[in-house]
Amino acid sequence: MRYAFYPGCSLESSASEYRISTERIAAALGIELDEIPEWICCGSTPAHMTGEILSLALPAYNLVLASRMKTEGVIVSCASCYSRLKHANFILKNDPRKQDLVAEVLGERYDGSVPVFHLLEVVVDLIDKPTFGELIKVDLGELKVASYYGCLLVRPPEVTDFDDPEDPQIMDRIVEALGAQTVAYNYKVECCGAALAFPQVEIVRKLSGDILQDAKDSGADIMLVACQLCHSNLDMRQRVIEKYIGVDLEIPVLYFTQLMGLAFGFGPGELGLEKHMIDVAPVLKRLRIRV
Amino acid sequence: MAESKIASPTFLEEIEEESGQKVRICYQCGKCSAGCPVGYAMDLLPNQVMRLVQLGLKDEVLSCATVWLCASCETCATRCPRQIEIVRVMDVLRRRSSSEGYGSPVREVPIFVSTFIGNLKHFGRLYEAGFVAIYNLLSGHLTKDLDKAPMMLRKRKLALLPPRIKGISKIRAMMKKAEEIEKR
Repeated sequence: MRYAFYPGCSLESSASEYRISTERIAAALGIELDEIPEWICCGSTPAHMTGEILSLALPAYNLVLASRMKTEGVIVSCASCYSRLKHANFILKNDPRKQDLVAEVLGERYDGSVPVFHLLEVVVDLIDKPTFGELIKVDLGELKVASYYGCLLVRPPEVTDFDDPEDPQIMDRIVEALGAQTVAYNYKVECCGAALAFPQVEIVRKLSGDILQDAKDSGADIMLVACQLCHSNLDMRQRVIEKYIGVDLEIPVLYFTQLMGLAFGFGPGELGLEKHMIDVAPVLKRLRIRV
Repeated sequence: MAESKIASPTFLEEIEEESGQKVRICYQCGKCSAGCPVGYAMDLLPNQVMRLVQLGLKDEVLSCATVWLCASCETCATRCPRQIEIVRVMDVLRRRSSSEGYGSPVREVPIFVSTFIGNLKHFGRLYEAGFVAIYNLLSGHLTKDLDKAPMMLRKRKLALLPPRIKGISKIRAMMKKAEEIEKR
C-alpha cells in the first residue's frame, strides 16, 4: 500500500514526535508513506478566515502535486490539514465556478478527485487482519484510554465522512485491538479551543480543562489524540490548566501512533515520548507495563 | 434610550451569495447556540447572529465579538436542522468586518490571522518559532508562552531554522493572485 504523505507544518517542528511515531508504525504495518515533494501549508483556519479562494487554492496545490504520484491517495496526520484538504475536495467537486477560480490561481485545473485519508482511517482497516495481532509485543491490558477526536476529524460529517460525528469509534476500535481498555466519557468530540490558544488563551484553558477533567473523572490513565493542536493544548498547557481549575490532573496525552508504537514494542525514545510535558512513564510503571 | 437601528436592504442577499448558505431558512431553533463551546464568552449567540443577518442589521453583526471568537469547530453546522454551514457564514462576516473597517473587539484574533498568512507568504510553510515571535510583538503580549520556550528548546520541540522549499516565488505569486480574485 503506497500513499502520498502530507505531514503538515507542525510535524516538522512542535509535533516532531507525531511524525517519528507515524513513520515507525506505518513501516511496521506495511503502509508506504511517500512524502509529497515541496508540499506547502494547507492554510489552516487563518486561510479560510482570510479568503475562500485562498483557503481552496493552498490545499488544491498540494493535491495537484499528490495527483502526479500515482498512489492510493493522500494520508494526512493533522486533523486541521485533513479538514482543509477534505473541504477543498468537497467544494471543488461540487462547485464548477470555484473550480474555475482556483484553476486561475494554480494555472491548472483540479477537480477534487484525489482521495484523502486520515491515518486513523487507513489503520482501522488493518486491525482485523491476522498480521496485526502478530505485531503486538506488549500487554496493555491494564491501561484505560480516553480516545479524544476533537472537532475537525468528525465535523462537518458531509465533508469529512469520517465516522459518527457525535460518538466516533475508529480510535476506540484501534485501542481495543491493541489490547488496552477504552473509557466512555462525554467530551470526546468537544472542542479544545484550537488556535484560540494564541489570541484567547483563557478560552482554551476552560475548554481543554473541561475535557481533561472529564477524561480524568472517567478513570482514564491516558488520553489519546490524532491532532497536534489538541496535543499542545491538552499536554503542553496542562500545568497551567491545573492551576486555572485548581485540580491535579497529571494525565499523559499521547498520539495514537505512540500508543501503537508502545504496543508494537518500540521504546519510548523511538516514539519521541520524552518530548511531552506530562510524563507517561509513571503510569506505565504503576500498571507494570514494561516497554 | 435605545439606539436606533437601520437595516441594510441588501445585506442578507450579499451574505448568502458570498457564503453559499441560505441564511434565510434559519428558523431560530437555537441548536447552534446550545452546542457552541465558546457561546459562554460571546456577546451575541450564533443564532442571534443568524437572526441579525436575516434582518439586515449589518452594523450590529459586523461589530460583534462573536464572529472573532468562533473557533470554527463546526459543532453548529453538524447539528443545524436546516443544514446551514454556519462557519462559512462566520467567515464571510469576519472578512466583511475587516474589509469594511469595523475593527474587531477582540483585537488579537485579526493579528493572529494576518501574522499566520504573512508567515506563509514568506516561507510557504508555517515557521512556528518565527510566527510566535512576530505574533507576540504585534499583539503586545511579549511574554506569551515564553515560559514554555526553555522546555520546548530542551526537548527539541521547536525547529529553530525556518522551512525552505523550492519555488517560493511561485507560491507568493499564487497567494497574490488569490487575493486579487477575492477583491473582484
